[in-house]
Amino acid sequence: MTVAIEKPEQTESVGKQAAPAKPERKVNRSMVVAAIFVVWLVLFVVLRGKQTLALAAADLTDLHRWLNDVNDSIGANRNSNPLFLYFFNEIRLVIDNVVTFVQELISQPTGDRPVPQIGWLGVVGIAGYVSWAVGNWRVALLAVAGFTFLGLQGLWQESMDTLALTASAVLVALLFAIPLGVWAGLSDRFNAIVTPFLDLMQTMPTMVYLVPLTLFFQIGPASATIATLIYAAPPTIRITAHAIRSVPETTVEAADSLGATRRQSLLKVLLPMSKRTVVMGVNQTIMAALAMVTIAALIDAPGLGKTVVQALQSLDVGTAFNAGLAIVVMAIVLDRVTTAASAREEASRGSGSWFLAWRRPLLGAGGVVTVVLIYMSHTYVWAAEFPGEGGIGSNIASAADTATNWAQDNLSGLTNGFRDAITNGLLNPFQTLLTDSPWWLVGAALVALGVVLGGRTAGITTAVCVGLLVGTGVWSDSMTTLASTVVATVLVMVLGIGFGVWMGRSALVDRLLRPTLDAAQVMPPFVYLVPFLALFGATRFTAIVAAVVYAAPVAMKIVADGVRNVPATTVEAATSAGCNTWQIITKVQLPMARSALTLATNQGLIYVLSMVVVGGLVGAGALGYDVVAGFSQGQLYGKGLAAGLAIVLLGVMFDRITQAAARRAGA
Amino acid sequence: MARHWRAGAAGMAILGLTLTACGGAKVGDDSAGGSGESGKCGTFNLAVNPWVGYEANAAVLAYVAENDLHCKVNQKDLKEEIAWQGFGTGEVDAVVENWGHDDLKKKYITDQKTAVEAGTTGNEGLIGWYVPPWLAKAHPDILDYKNLNKYAANFKTSESGGKGQLLDGDPSYVTNDEALVKNLKLDFKVVYAGSETALIQAFRKAEKDKEWVIGYFYEPQWFMSEVPLKKVKLPAYTSGCDANAEKVACDYPVYKLDKIVSAKFAKSGSPAYDLVKNFNWTNDDQNTVAKYIAVDKMKPEAAAKKWVEANRSKVDAWIK
Repeated sequence: MTVAIEKPEQTESVGKQAAPAKPERKVNRSMVVAAIFVVWLVLFVVLRGKQTLALAAADLTDLHRWLNDVNDSIGANRNSNPLFLYFFNEIRLVIDNVVTFVQELISQPTGDRPVPQIGWLGVVGIAGYVSWAVGNWRVALLAVAGFTFLGLQGLWQESMDTLALTASAVLVALLFAIPLGVWAGLSDRFNAIVTPFLDLMQTMPTMVYLVPLTLFFQIGPASATIATLIYAAPPTIRITAHAIRSVPETTVEAADSLGATRRQSLLKVLLPMSKRTVVMGVNQTIMAALAMVTIAALIDAPGLGKTVVQALQSLDVGTAFNAGLAIVVMAIVLDRVTTAASAREEASRGSGSWFLAWRRPLLGAGGVVTVVLIYMSHTYVWAAEFPGEGGIGSNIASAADTATNWAQDNLSGLTNGFRDAITNGLLNPFQTLLTDSPWWLVGAALVALGVVLGGRTAGITTAVCVGLLVGTGVWSDSMTTLASTVVATVLVMVLGIGFGVWMGRSALVDRLLRPTLDAAQVMPPFVYLVPFLALFGATRFTAIVAAVVYAAPVAMKIVADGVRNVPATTVEAATSAGCNTWQIITKVQLPMARSALTLATNQGLIYVLSMVVVGGLVGAGALGYDVVAGFSQGQLYGKGLAAGLAIVLLGVMFDRITQAAARRAGA
Repeated sequence: MARHWRAGAAGMAILGLTLTACGGAKVGDDSAGGSGESGKCGTFNLAVNPWVGYEANAAVLAYVAENDLHCKVNQKDLKEEIAWQGFGTGEVDAVVENWGHDDLKKKYITDQKTAVEAGTTGNEGLIGWYVPPWLAKAHPDILDYKNLNKYAANFKTSESGGKGQLLDGDPSYVTNDEALVKNLKLDFKVVYAGSETALIQAFRKAEKDKEWVIGYFYEPQWFMSEVPLKKVKLPAYTSGCDANAEKVACDYPVYKLDKIVSAKFAKSGSPAYDLVKNFNWTNDDQNTVAKYIAVDKMKPEAAAKKWVEANRSKVDAWIK
């Protein structure tokens, strides 16, 4: 999720300087890369198995033990520490109250009332009205249909609990994220300070901080909300900053020359002009918050996540799928509504005319209808509790069960061959190279690659990351994870380019595929991993598949966007010059969408890294398993934390290299 | 124009209100059936750790506490470590199936003194190496660790680097398997499946397709009623043979599963505490309820009700 953003700027200035030397440099660079690999391979053969820094699963380093002690001492002093008494407890109280308030409004009974204040009819009414007011009637219809579907699935209350928690987390996140984003947009220095923290928040596996979090904020809605907003806030901060930065300089200068103060130019120029992009950031934050639903269930967060987790304890894929589908439906509704809202921001400015004149009164009338619906749902039982037994839900569950069983019974022979080919042909040799080389050799090779591909700054960052990785004490596991990550990213890019080009060239394909892609991004991974486990066993390959399912949609969307943005005139010119489709794709569209391709690689890699922990749950071992084990066993806590840091370091290292490379390639 | 609309809106509101006047039963009409007052028991915060056997214990205890003792039971879904943390803050009163966890006991019972033990559940937890039933039947001698090397080649997978694969599992429990493999000189490599789900799927498929799988597992476990895995004999456990983690060469101990409660709860005089303390049942009892939940897909409350109604005398012994 890192940096959906920082691609365009700087690209140009750096590009211009590098341009004249380009043809020559390009040849040189790939030759240097090849040379690095040759040297690495030669030294590997000589030095194989020496200084690999391997650490057995149960072994700890001094750092890990020290982290354990820190954790223990915080827990032991919790009740006497003023920081807890006057700071964390206050935060907890405020957030608990916010969440409980929203829950009592829409999901939980209050006091003597056996039902929440607003019943299903009221919530559906509000959803439809708000979607219409901020978006258009089409998304309003979608919202009404979507929310009604949640009820028909028999998951009304669970869905509302999830909605309440998500809404509170997003609300609190935005309260901080938008001002921080504006600040980061205005100040380069603040931006430089905040970026590493955002990286940390997005790539540090949640399981690492879930236990300390409950220590700080106790078990309950506050911890769940905070866990969610740590992961969900960064996209808004980044995208807001980006939006502020991309307001054309001339506009700001014009305002300045008219005598606008800093404050005026912020409120009247910068903010209004970046509104549309900021709404996209809010959209990303909502999606990220929904992705946390199942994790938060591990600390008693109410809602759909609990249903999923509980069903999976007895491998009840059908029930888990039904609940997962509810999360997907909610995500799609919220995504389309916020997207429509950001599109409106743009459209409404252009069109004045009769529609605006009628809009006010229509909105007023809609508001009145909504109030009536809310009143009815507050008063009458039929409008308060969703009627019916959720029969559709059990149909969905049994259909999902049937499909899973069919796949398990009929596909396993076909899939094993594919798994073994990838594992033996690609993964094993690469992993051996990384884990069996001396650590300093791998480190030197990484730094050299960083310098060649990304330049000096990227090289320095890489060197620092390598140093810190050695310091975490989980070097060998990091290399195992790195191997799987790279293989997964390669697969993500193969799929991303294939489908992305297809989607970019055809609006119809795009519209058909997009809901599936959204589903793949928010469906809790274990729902589809159960059949995958039956097909591929508990192997690194299963973990790679899980990562690909989660990361490929992002890559596809970015590539599709890039291909679509290639000017139509260019494509037409190529067509009239006699190019066939294949030539247009390979010679025109892909080269011109190069910056989108690099961005897709960058995002694909970061998304793959965020699935490392899930991979650890299905046989990937290494860092993912270290994190999971640290979450479950006190004496491994420190090692889990170190492994989490290692994942962050891998992420930062790749992010910086690919971004620097992207700026160079932009030429 | 605007006034026009305001009038229209008001009219619609009135229309709406009159319509709703004949709209059916009102909320709160039947409030008599609501939750009765909780009496002297008060609130009982019960942690529910994420596995089905635990859920069976919790469901039965919650059912009895609610229906016989009239407590208000809050069941909280929590991982073990987090549940234990809750003893100190008063958010958790009881953990009702604990597997060993000497580290947590030291931290919370000995050092912080926020928790106390509340006796055993009567269940015995076994941890060890298991094979699918078809394998035990086809090669009975595989059930002794001494013969494992003979079959090591059959257990090879893409993950095991040329050796036999020993599938290790759920990271929630302590495992000595890497040390065991080394010290028993077995030609195996430990591969970390990482979750119970992954282990169960591996064994399920192994039984169905007659594949060679050996892995870490444990009972009581609902999956045993679907595929009754067979345990492989390791050198017998003797007290202290697992003291040095690196030199372990013996089987896992039999865990007497026990109950832990918060120190406050133990002193509170709540009847729910006595219930937790007296709660005791057999592996068969738990397996029955676990099967209702996991295989028959009953809701935990319904499963508990069914079992309690069939075993009234056992329940009565807990609450008298």
